[in-house]
Amino acid sequence: MNIVVLVKQVPDTESERRLVPGAGTLDRAAADGVINYIDEFAIEAGLQIAEAEGGEVTILSVGPGKALDSIRKALQMGAHKGVHVLDDQIAGSDALATSAVLAAALSKLEFDLVIAGSESTDARAGVVPAMLAERLGLPQLTLASKVDVAGGAVTVRRMSEDGFDVVEAPLPAVVSVVEKTNEPRYPSFKGIMAAKKKPVQSLSLSDLGLAADGIGLGGSLTEVADFEPAPPRAAGVIVKDEGEGGTAVASFLAERKFI
Amino acid sequence: MAEVLVLVEHANGEVKKVTAELLTAAARLGTPAAVWAGPGAEGGRARLAEFGAAKVYAADSADFADYVTAPKAELLAQLAASASPAAILVAGTTEGKEVAGRLAVKTGAGVLTDVIDVEAGPDGAPVASHANFGGSVFVHAKVKGGFPIIALRPNSVAPQAASGDATLEPVSFTASDAAKSARVTAHEVAEKSARPDLSEAQIVVSGGRGTGSADGFHVIEELADALGAAVGASRAVTDAGWYPHAFQVGQTGKTVSPQLYAAVGISGAIQHRAGMQTSKTIIAINKDPEAPIFEIADFGVVGDLFTVVPQLIEEIGKRKG
Ligand SMILES: Cc1cc2nc3c(=O)[nH]c(=O)nc-3n(C[C@H](O)[C@H](O)[C@H](O)COP(=O)(O)OP(=O)(O)OC[C@H]3O[C@@H](n4cnc5c(N)ncnc54)[C@H](O)[C@@H]3O)c2cc1C
Ligand SMILES: Nc1ncnc2c1ncn2[C@@H]1O[C@H](COP(=O)(O)O)[C@@H](O)[C@H]1O
Repeated sequence: MNIVVLVKQVPDTESERRLVPGAGTLDRAAADGVINYIDEFAIEAGLQIAEAEGGEVTILSVGPGKALDSIRKALQMGAHKGVHVLDDQIAGSDALATSAVLAAALSKLEFDLVIAGSESTDARAGVVPAMLAERLGLPQLTLASKVDVAGGAVTVRRMSEDGFDVVEAPLPAVVSVVEKTNEPRYPSFKGIMAAKKKPVQSLSLSDLGLAADGIGLGGSLTEVADFEPAPPRAAGVIVKDEGEGGTAVASFLAERKFI
Repeated sequence: MAEVLVLVEHANGEVKKVTAELLTAAARLGTPAAVWAGPGAEGGRARLAEFGAAKVYAADSADFADYVTAPKAELLAQLAASASPAAILVAGTTEGKEVAGRLAVKTGAGVLTDVIDVEAGPDGAPVASHANFGGSVFVHAKVKGGFPIIALRPNSVAPQAASGDATLEPVSFTASDAAKSARVTAHEVAEKSARPDLSEAQIVVSGGRGTGSADGFHVIEELADALGAAVGASRAVTDAGWYPHAFQVGQTGKTVSPQLYAAVGISGAIQHRAGMQTSKTIIAINKDPEAPIFEIADFGVVGDLFTVVPQLIEEIGKRKG
């Protein structure tokens, strides 16, 4: 059972995020990078399945040089090897372009299962796994809060708007997992030492046989027309409760016609 | 005017509110044409007409419920080829976004997700707005050439009544084998509470760690019921298991933009604000005057939630009574 886990490096939400003037894309150089939080659950899911079924976990990430830190962290958790797609021409890619790069990289790898996070905290798109399933012509088992692999098939519990669906498909398949699917492990000291020797292959667009048109800021089909800071919220009224706090809220709600 | 395709969200034959919002947004860009995937279009027609749908493309097939997202994307791609729409609008729900993503791959059209507003730009082409970084920056985006696929966040656009003919146009549709690879073998509807859906609610009352326990969290439900609101929770609460994860609001939970958001015993961490900052009115109840939630509150009370909230509930009762 060979598993590829997709890991994206995202700006730390604790650090200041800003947009590149002109392009309107995220200024990735200005923010500290961390593993997209939900991807840690994808890594853990991959490790657990590989431990149960045998096989290797490969971490695939498309991103700038710094993304290597996130790949390393996944290797410290126990993944076997990494593939880093790195090319200046990728910068500024939207989800559709990113999914094209990921699909090209996946077609160079051997796998039974691709596991992604359900959503990245910077893009909040939640579209890349579905796009990959479409591009690769593989079953889409996304938004899983539980993943079971047995007998060449995968079954997930998919979160839906009004509850959940049980979804089943033969392997190979694309899965995405939601937050809290499992308890992502912390790298052990041994894991940290072992990770230093694990291979990470670096690939460019030409290694993938991908032309740069359709990729990057210029190649993306979406573009930012302009952006502005959100209008500041008018300062609110803050009162201290001296026995009338609840009544004060009720008066405010009545004034605004909520009650 | 070119058509703007709107994928109808429906459950048990009922048209969901977000569909009215999508039709209202669509009318700004062209002639709204609803797309009904699954059985029951006839029953939903009247409602779609009320919000200006000129047409209802109806594809009556069980495949939409039996297989994950792919058949819906195929249907929209088929209609995109025959109708040459100015834009395609879907609800910005988790599933809606996935349909949008697959459709973008199929059609080669650009996709804009997590959109909070849509207008026709100076050249008539659609411009979509996003609220980025937890609502601190508004970004206006468009697509280069072709039509955009837009996933509109529920509750962002106020639905406006408009009359349309909602002429039923049956569509013959068969899902390809490729679209039928991930099969839904069971569907479980979570116990339906009498409360409105979190992402569609006009009022959301959310509780945080300040509620102290699962038991303490009941006061949040009581306030929600007094206001006819949906219940939300911070991650501290869902992590502790005091309330289910499905109700988490924030960066890794649901994004809501109700008319009124009440944050009770919630500090207002940036990751929480990311899910509620576009709410129209925000109130906060917190015992710490320094809590960041007060920075974005229209009205706040510094006090103990266990005294303020019961008094508020009583007061609401009096005013209603
Ligand atoms: C990658 C990532 C993603 C995250 N995603 C989310 C997310 O989706 N949603 C989310 O909510 N958080 C998320 N978080 C967590 C977030 O950073 C905060 O830790 C969390 O929101 C805190 O929840 P809280 O406000 O309930 O708790 P706290 O921060 O502990 O605040 C509790 C508040 O209650 C007040 N209080 C205590 N007792 C009372 C009382 N009796 N009466 C009145 N007030 C009282 C306190 O003054 C305090 O302000 C995420 C974090 C990370 C790193
Ligand atoms: N650049 C990337 N490199 C690797 N994986 C990615 C990348 N972008 C997105 N993903 C994967 O797709 C998931 C959903 O991302 P998104 O659609 O951007 O919200 C993430 O949780 C990752 O697992």
